Amino acid sequence: MNSQFRVNLIKQGGIWAFIVVELIFFSVAGELLAVTDKAFMDFDNMLLLLKQSAPIGIIALGMTIIMINGNIDLSVGAIFALSAIVLLDSMTWPFMAALGDWAIPLAWGFALLTGVVLGAVNGFIVWKTGVDAFIVTLGSMLGFRGLVFMYNGEQPTSHLNWTLVDFAEAQFLGLHTATWFLLVAGLLLWLLMTRTVHGRNAYAIGNNREAAVNAGIRVGPHFLWNFMLIGFLAALSAVVFYSESGSVNPNDGMLYELWAITAVVLGGTKLTGGYGSIVSTLGGVIAIQLLRKGLGHIGADTQTVNLVIGLILITVLFLDRQLNRKGKEELKT
Amino acid sequence: MTDQIPALRLEGIVKTFPGVRALDNVSFEVMPGEVHALMGENGAGKSTLMKVLGGIHDPDEGQIYIAEKPVVMTSPMQAKANGVVFIHQELSLADELSVAENIFLGELPRRSFGRVDWQTLYDATDAILKTLNVGFNARTRLGDLSIANQQMVEIARALTVDPRAVIFDEPTASLTDAEKVVLFKVIADLQSRGVGVIYISHRMEEIFKITDRISVLRDGQYRGTLNTAETNEEEVTHLMIGRKLDLSRNESHHEMGDVALEVRNLSCGELFEDVSFSVRRGEVLGFYGLVGAGRTEIAETIFGLRDPSSGQIFLNGEEVRIHSPQDAIRRGISLVPEDRKAQGLVLGMNCRDNMTLPQVDDMTAGPFVSDGAEVAIFDQYRDKLDIRTPGWRQLVGNLSGGNQQKIVIGKWLSMHPEVLIVDEPTRGIDVGSKSEIHNLIRELAAQGYAVIVISSEMPEVLHVSDRIVAMFSGKVMREFTSEEVTEDSLIQAISGISGDKVA
Repeated sequence: MNSQFRVNLIKQGGIWAFIVVELIFFSVAGELLAVTDKAFMDFDNMLLLLKQSAPIGIIALGMTIIMINGNIDLSVGAIFALSAIVLLDSMTWPFMAALGDWAIPLAWGFALLTGVVLGAVNGFIVWKTGVDAFIVTLGSMLGFRGLVFMYNGEQPTSHLNWTLVDFAEAQFLGLHTATWFLLVAGLLLWLLMTRTVHGRNAYAIGNNREAAVNAGIRVGPHFLWNFMLIGFLAALSAVVFYSESGSVNPNDGMLYELWAITAVVLGGTKLTGGYGSIVSTLGGVIAIQLLRKGLGHIGADTQTVNLVIGLILITVLFLDRQLNRKGKEELKT
Repeated sequence: MTDQIPALRLEGIVKTFPGVRALDNVSFEVMPGEVHALMGENGAGKSTLMKVLGGIHDPDEGQIYIAEKPVVMTSPMQAKANGVVFIHQELSLADELSVAENIFLGELPRRSFGRVDWQTLYDATDAILKTLNVGFNARTRLGDLSIANQQMVEIARALTVDPRAVIFDEPTASLTDAEKVVLFKVIADLQSRGVGVIYISHRMEEIFKITDRISVLRDGQYRGTLNTAETNEEEVTHLMIGRKLDLSRNESHHEMGDVALEVRNLSCGELFEDVSFSVRRGEVLGFYGLVGAGRTEIAETIFGLRDPSSGQIFLNGEEVRIHSPQDAIRRGISLVPEDRKAQGLVLGMNCRDNMTLPQVDDMTAGPFVSDGAEVAIFDQYRDKLDIRTPGWRQLVGNLSGGNQQKIVIGKWLSMHPEVLIVDEPTRGIDVGSKSEIHNLIRELAAQGYAVIVISSEMPEVLHVSDRIVAMFSGKVMREFTSEEVTEDSLIQAISGISGDKVA
């Protein structure tokens, strides 16, 4: 019992320890190598970091639930892009333009609805066909991206609404709008996963689907809800990001699914399902953003950043495996 | 036997894990040509001892001797090279490969440039298969074989090294009676070749049939060795658990209530046909038959996991249609499935959450699950069923088989079901917990539950049932009351010989 508790603590606390190591490393290395003379641990810099974590972070929260279920969703990047287009384009529709700033909540609604509908498509196919979520969402990733290009060809879709931009750039209690969205979404999903029946069932299904069925849990509808949820979150991420930027390219959001999965996995959630935590995913998201920013701070280019993140991901999973094995051995007496 | 040297000898083996002394100075030997049973409750240290022998665990102290030569086992490979091979309970074979490739996996004969020497491979395999007298050949795809035949492949693999000692770990767990006979012949054959056989099993019947000596472990300690011919089940059980196991016939008589569940002419494709039976409140109805007789499938149909092709199900006299486990659970039908770990429990979840899983929907306060209500249910049924766990936070995967089974039973009892179906109530459960589960089943009936017990163990069926339904090949052959049933008539019924013809 005690040793199991210890192993759990190491596993759950690991990502935060890693973040501390990163902070120390970049602060020290920053002194020696930095291209600017601004300190890395600068308060504004950290606030900005949180804000920049939001788009991938909000998606990663949803991905955590999908992965605890034992599924995966590769189509979130495409859902992100399509929702963004709906958001910006809908504001140019004549009846919307006539509404003035009231068009904003309506446009948000359209974008979020797009995400939910696309997610429902995924969930429904997974439920009714029984095809693996990896395959289903691989297909829908291509399909949804196709829709993105059909919408406006290779052209970017743009619309700038200054009220919206002001809202997106606002700071409340020091934190940016995007950060608030990330934190509130994180809090709600944490409650969902730790305190509600839905969360309980998600872990049960991911851990042992057959036992969950035998306990009377309706697995198919459960999956559908979760795919709708991650669709909603991908759209929410788009709403947060494009309210500020005002222009979406048809290639936007590509590889977001992989970044989200990376963050989730760094946070310790298992690909096989049944185990994971929303809070640790937030840690994973922040750890990645820290790496990106930190490496940039000491003068590394994007390619190097990707290489390092890749190496770290593999190292972390290796360590996790060692830890798990140790835990199992100790239990098998 | 005494003038020979042991094929394999373990001396003073000590293995500790953090907090547990899993093996405490265990010594054990097997002579050439001997079948030596290793017995003990789950958690007594059998598996750990075998892992030490197989080079998976390093012992802290002690020495392994092969033909009195000290050896060090550091890997399964090395164990095999030393002539010690394992036939595991769970087979580790590749379905898509041929029998020959499976047998020589990792050691395929080669020609130049790394090409496989198929001819040599198939010839060598067929030579081994011939000694086992099996009905398939080297080129058969493994996945096309029955479990029993796959086990033969595993045994054939052991024979490629000319073993000194072969360890069988619960080899009959998934075999039919006919297949067991074949297995026992193979074991006898190994014996005549001078191989030492270690036989691990919970099944007394088999142990007394095929072994020469029985060694018993309890709590990681060696408790003694008995000559099979000079002992009996009681003595062995006593060594294992320190008390006796009661497997007498069920003779309790108490009031029975109305019919709770009635099944009329139920069929499901080719799985079972025209099955009718009923069970009253306060009654235990036993289902006995061979593996594959359709008993589990009937339970699954009543529980809504399969759709029947025809027939009717009545609950409290009213016809019901059940299309899913949700339907069944709502109507008060619950199923304790055959394979506890794969079908009954979420191993990575704690005890409490497992117990409340089907009813957690009804235990909410606002949007959230009420911790207090859950703990209350858990505490109540932990005490009622005497579940031994350090606390509700303990992961179910860490409990012993008996306690796991009690969690599954408690899960349904806490919902006050109309009918409780228990499929193989004591599979893989040690002797001590077995009688607890048996008593529990009897007690539930006495409290007025209608209980259906499906079992492949005759003593168990006889011990717990008020009535017994004997099945063969998807059909009900005969129904017995506990007064009229005899072991012979039961065996005849489940072998397809109708009771009437015998009488």
